[in-house]
Amino acid sequence: MERQEQTRIALAKLFPAEPVVAAAVAAEGSNQEELPPRLAGVVSQDFARHGSHLDVLCHSEQVVAVAEIMDSEGFFLESIAGVDWLDKQQLEVIYDYNRLGGEHCRVTVRTLIPRIEPVVPTICGVFPAADWHERETFDFYGVHFQGHPNLIRILLPEDADFHPLLKDFMP
Amino acid sequence: MDTSIWRALFYLVGIMAFAGLNAAYLGWCERKGAARIQRRIGPCEAGYGGLWQPLADGLKLMSKQLLVPQGVDGIIFRLAPVLAMVPAITSMVVIPFSENIQARAMELSVLLLFALASLGMLAILLGGWASGNKYAIISSARAVSQNLAYEIPMLVTVITVVMISGSMNLREIAIDQQGGFWHWNIFRLENGHFLTMWISFIIFFICSVAETNRAPFDMAEAESELVAGFMTEYGSMGFGLFMMGEYLNIVVGACLTATLFLGGWDCPFGLTPGVWWFLIKIYVLIFTFIWIRWTYPRTQIYRLLNLSWKILIPFSLANLLITAALIKVF
Amino acid sequence: MTVPVHLRHDETFVLNLGPQHPATHGVLRVKLTMDGEYVVKAEPVLGYIHRMHEKMAEGGTFAQFMPNTARMDYLHALAFNHGYALVVEKAAGIEVPERAEFIRVITVELNRIASHLLWWAAFLLDLGGFTPLLYAFDDREKIIDLLERVTGSRLTYCYMRFGGVYNDIDDEFITGTREFIKRLRSRLPRFYHDLVTHNIILIKRIKNIGIITPEQCRRYGATGPVARGSGISYDIRKNEPYSVYPEFDFDVPVFEECDSMARYMVRMHEMEQSLRIIEQALDKLPDGPVMGKAPKMLKPEAGYYYSAVETARGSLGHRLVCDGGKNPYKLKLRSPTFSNLSLYGEVAEGMMLADALAFMGSLDLVIPEIDR
Repeated sequence: MERQEQTRIALAKLFPAEPVVAAAVAAEGSNQEELPPRLAGVVSQDFARHGSHLDVLCHSEQVVAVAEIMDSEGFFLESIAGVDWLDKQQLEVIYDYNRLGGEHCRVTVRTLIPRIEPVVPTICGVFPAADWHERETFDFYGVHFQGHPNLIRILLPEDADFHPLLKDFMP
Repeated sequence: MDTSIWRALFYLVGIMAFAGLNAAYLGWCERKGAARIQRRIGPCEAGYGGLWQPLADGLKLMSKQLLVPQGVDGIIFRLAPVLAMVPAITSMVVIPFSENIQARAMELSVLLLFALASLGMLAILLGGWASGNKYAIISSARAVSQNLAYEIPMLVTVITVVMISGSMNLREIAIDQQGGFWHWNIFRLENGHFLTMWISFIIFFICSVAETNRAPFDMAEAESELVAGFMTEYGSMGFGLFMMGEYLNIVVGACLTATLFLGGWDCPFGLTPGVWWFLIKIYVLIFTFIWIRWTYPRTQIYRLLNLSWKILIPFSLANLLITAALIKVF
Repeated sequence: MTVPVHLRHDETFVLNLGPQHPATHGVLRVKLTMDGEYVVKAEPVLGYIHRMHEKMAEGGTFAQFMPNTARMDYLHALAFNHGYALVVEKAAGIEVPERAEFIRVITVELNRIASHLLWWAAFLLDLGGFTPLLYAFDDREKIIDLLERVTGSRLTYCYMRFGGVYNDIDDEFITGTREFIKRLRSRLPRFYHDLVTHNIILIKRIKNIGIITPEQCRRYGATGPVARGSGISYDIRKNEPYSVYPEFDFDVPVFEECDSMARYMVRMHEMEQSLRIIEQALDKLPDGPVMGKAPKMLKPEAGYYYSAVETARGSLGHRLVCDGGKNPYKLKLRSPTFSNLSLYGEVAEGMMLADALAFMGSLDLVIPEIDR
């Protein structure tokens, strides 16, 4: 619990009590209209149900700052996943952080970006592991990771001109 | 007619037959031996115990086209497999199978054998270089450095034998060791040579494994690193000749070991010497080659070179000095 | 011949290792920039067996994706089955009977041993030793026969269901497994350690080769035997217990040397630990059904779910995003070797070709799992 609390406090510093922009909309509310859209910030959640202790929703420009905090707290990057919210015209990038040993704590960091011209700063400089994961997300979703040293196709052929995991992609 | 022509013809046919049979059936022996070591059966379909397998393989290889890829040096590419085979067969000319079975008893036959062994290495170098394939070129470079490194300790140990026997004629060396295993160079009681000669034998044997590019020293055709090494671009009989050349080199290496250290055609107990003793010795040695290959993993090229330059060469030089001293003292 | 001036001093060349190469165990390509036999730069090129499993997941129902899971890591397919079943069960709130979880653990651990045996065989093949391959396959065959008996397939299993497993195990399987445990325990010291592990050539070849520091493991997200060979005691079965693993007494082998030998030893010891787990699971095996109550058509609540399991190669994560529909809205697989391989370029730099390949073998790559 200590570790989770410590990480939560460290992350919460990024989010002042009153978020300036409340643009980020949590996907959980997609078919539950009564729920208010979630604001950027850190939320503790039920690990047994969701598989992560902390859920962080941040603005895309905060991704690097979050990664730096995770790095200093001794986390490692497990994976980067994209999600295409077609009806809301948004793309979501999910970063999963975990710790190698010690007290168990998993952190999910999510950020929402517009579907047209999606840009997220790269965290390659913090975690080299992100290199391939970001390339994969670029491959499948076309998310442009700004500052990535080698943002080229990784799994698809190098001359592919499509992003297959976009929901409106028809093969 | 001069009888020497018939003699030449007899030996020509005999050596070709011996070489051909060995090249074909050592492949079969290797496969059967490997299979037994690995708890398998091995070839068993073609004939009894798969005995026709080498013939079937040979037919298959001969009926295939020798592909010469674009961009290779055509002449050298075709020449290399032949160059791998010819020196190995030629070496057999000077090998004394028994007191009376030897094609040519040359005075400098040991020297000739080593000269021909170097030619075999040239075949690997040319084959790899002409292929224009990066794996093949790495393989040739490895083969050359390896052969260069291992010829030195090998020659130095041979010098000890030559000093003891006082001759560079293989027949003379073998005759010198007649009369039971205590006369063989490896266990020689006379002058106390047994003190150092077993070390010479081990060095010589390690070197012959390395010279013939056999595992664990098969750097040149390390299949998990260099695909097939210098043979990568070869198919059909080009590949077949390289394989046969490799087996013949093993035979020549075993013959040389048996002659230099194990008394040639001598019976261990000093009774009825003859060609069969020689054959038993070389096939035991060849089995050891096969046994080693299927037991050990491959070593690395730099460890291989370190072994030669840092261990085998100093040891063989020390051996040379001690042997010389022993000869001088007694 | 004209050589551009800027190339004249450049004495390196590019060696294309793969996509078809005996040492890459599949269709991995590594672009090696070589200076003689030294690797100047190593750049893995992926995607030669990419099949877009994640899109297939979105296209079908939850149950329809189960067969795909085994097609990714074909060596430890049951762990992929298990991981996917766990994440969906988590999302849909399905209870699994205890007997089913025990059977899952038994089969997954058997499969883990089979995977390690095959790794061992292939690794020795990389190092030029052909004979160990057949000894390992001999033992692996026994496992595959056992698993075929209960799952119905030999390699790409589709054995687990949401809420249990599809087939109960019988007495013959149990006695067969016990016999196998005895057999492998008697063979491990003789055929594996005496012949290979203590072999001086092998020790010289993999000791101090491919040093991965714990910090590199963390920065690149390396898990499994790679991390445990670098002194990191991280095993999801212990650190984040799932299924019925907390009920068993087993150790997590950790070696501090950080080299290929350490990773080798981790896997060899893991096989023994897996045997222990299987033995305990067979002893404690409860009675009861092997299938819990699960609706025919799953519609998990909308939300984000993550679940991780320990495969033979490391931490396998399933990131599931549901929108309340009957298809997974998004399923991302975090495959262990994808991350493990990403540190290859950094570590292989400056190695000799033979060592670089020995190091690659020690990572235990399964290409379809990297490419998905």
